[in-house]
Amino acid sequence: MSEAMMDQPVITDTPSGSAPLPRTSLHRPRLPRWAPYALAAGSAAAGSAVGLAAGLGSHVQWGLIAALLYVLSTLGVATRVEGLRQAKDRLATTLVWVCFLVAVVPLVSLVWETVSRGVKVLDGTFLSHSMAGVLTIQPGGGVYHAIIGTLEQVGIATAIAAPVGLLTAVYLVEYGRGRLARAVTFFVDVMTGIPSIVAGLFVLSFWILMLDFGYSGLAGSMALAILMMPVVVRSTEEMLKLVPNELREASLALGVPKWRTILKVVLPTAIGGIATGVMLAVARIAGESAPIVLLVFGSQVINNNPFEGAQSSLPYYIYEQWAAGNEASYDRAWAAALVLIAFVMILNLVARGIARWKAPKTSR
Amino acid sequence: MDISPAPATAPGAPAPEPDPARAKNATRPGDRVFLALSRGSGILLLVIMAAIAVFLTVRAANALSHDEGNFFTTFEWSANATPPVFGIAVLAFGTVVSSLIAMAIAVPVAIGIALFITHYAPRKLATPLSYVIDLLAAVPSIVYGLWGALFLVPHLKDLYAWLNDWFGWTGILEYHDGAPRSLFTIGILLAIMILPIVTSVSREVFRQTPRMNEEAALALGATRWEVIRMAVLPFGRSGVISASMLGLGRALGETMAVATVLSPSFEIGKSLLDPGGGTFAQNIASSFKESGELGKDALIASGLVLFVLTLLVNGAARMIIARRKEYAA
Repeated sequence: MSEAMMDQPVITDTPSGSAPLPRTSLHRPRLPRWAPYALAAGSAAAGSAVGLAAGLGSHVQWGLIAALLYVLSTLGVATRVEGLRQAKDRLATTLVWVCFLVAVVPLVSLVWETVSRGVKVLDGTFLSHSMAGVLTIQPGGGVYHAIIGTLEQVGIATAIAAPVGLLTAVYLVEYGRGRLARAVTFFVDVMTGIPSIVAGLFVLSFWILMLDFGYSGLAGSMALAILMMPVVVRSTEEMLKLVPNELREASLALGVPKWRTILKVVLPTAIGGIATGVMLAVARIAGESAPIVLLVFGSQVINNNPFEGAQSSLPYYIYEQWAAGNEASYDRAWAAALVLIAFVMILNLVARGIARWKAPKTSR
Repeated sequence: MDISPAPATAPGAPAPEPDPARAKNATRPGDRVFLALSRGSGILLLVIMAAIAVFLTVRAANALSHDEGNFFTTFEWSANATPPVFGIAVLAFGTVVSSLIAMAIAVPVAIGIALFITHYAPRKLATPLSYVIDLLAAVPSIVYGLWGALFLVPHLKDLYAWLNDWFGWTGILEYHDGAPRSLFTIGILLAIMILPIVTSVSREVFRQTPRMNEEAALALGATRWEVIRMAVLPFGRSGVISASMLGLGRALGETMAVATVLSPSFEIGKSLLDPGGGTFAQNIASSFKESGELGKDALIASGLVLFVLTLLVNGAARMIIARRKEYAA
């Protein structure tokens, strides 16, 4: 068998060397490499020409006409020269590229608008002052109270959700067997899909309507914690599963109690990934505004106490300034959006940095 | 020999096998405390889920007992009036329609991007691109809302006027002047918002396509598109469906972006392009501050409907994923 395989190249070599096959039957003509670019340039020119001739005002329409021309001309030319199958392949390639470009346009626009409009009023005063005594139609004022609110609410939510999520994940991976573990796994999945407004409504009905506490940062934190828990459980679980079993066995074999094995061996091994998961969860809840609207109620002034009285938060502040509906408040809304995006993105980047830096040391 | 790499999401090591006899005899106090703590956290999660269902149901029942209209068919939301009349017909319509529009736009584009990243893009572009997509999932929804209201809405006017010129006769694409803060605009915005999640899940699924299948197709002379159609898409179909369902769950529950962009009204308009309509989450956020005791209960009742709706959608998505895992294993 192996001999035959080794011989094969020699056998096939001889006929192709001595009597070349008729190439035409094996080789279909292909479009030259520059063809797609030429067609693209051609259709762009034709699109502009049609747009000018028909007097279409919107450049979007010019672009659409050009794109349509490009797709059709590529399909036509490729079918003629290369056959239908190759033409379909080219069409698919074009469509996939179009999908990519279509998606990139709004996202680039979002970032561009936020940055370019946000930097207008973003300065030291904006970051260090509240809205106390500032009419919404006046320029000036700032986000200090909202930043304080966001940091405190997110901090409390993390303090509640991170330990609960971590311990739940430890239970699922290290202890969990049987019906309870399966139920927890299932409901963690379900919990991931809870809309943020529903979490807000739950805390509203439980904490404010039934127990009769007032609106406060704490109430918002509880809703945020509900949203954060399943995310922490999921990511921590994934990380703990990556810890090699040999480490646990070695520790247990040395007579170390299971809880110390988990605390001293398993968790430290996975700590980088766990930290990443928690930070990504923090980044997710930092942008949540729906529960804040229901539970924290918003405020114009600095309230350093998250346990009593209405507070503000960055997402809420953006909503409030947008709702005020004038140029000065729009400027503030964009600036606050820029602050919020920067905060979330920095958290994300740091989290991913940690993940890369402290990747779990698996045997692979 | 080319061995396909292990899928990235599969657990690297199997969970530890406990020794049942030992676990039962765990008499060390530290062990008992730790087990109690971690099991307690798991139970706490279950308690929270149960509490959410119970509290929402109790409040909703209270609201429904005072409702003078039919909760499912009334086209009105006057929960604070006497007598209170409210119904979710308009909200249910708006929620479902805007989410479906979002799905219709986002899913094909997301599949395209996922294919682009896994099969078409040059490697140098693919890695940073998938990274950027993940980052975009982190942009807060209120920022999308702000962008939608102040940038997207004015820029859609021309498009809608054009749609009206050509397709106005259908009725549903009729457009009259004015800022198009409509269900269709919401659909477009939601599509942009759920694009990252649908893309990243589909991308993972496409990446797990057995390498052998693709290479076999290539060896038979298939073009790249034929490889995708014969090997990649059939393999990833259930994964794409569940990704879409996850996206749908997001779209159904999205609150602030919708509340920012939509100009709500309590009627079901004939046209999707004209302002009006509402969604569950948007209605809760927008009318919360003007609501009295019963008004809040009525909002909670509508929230319960939304909760059940998202549970069903997400549950279906998870079931598809779970079945696929069994199949793959």
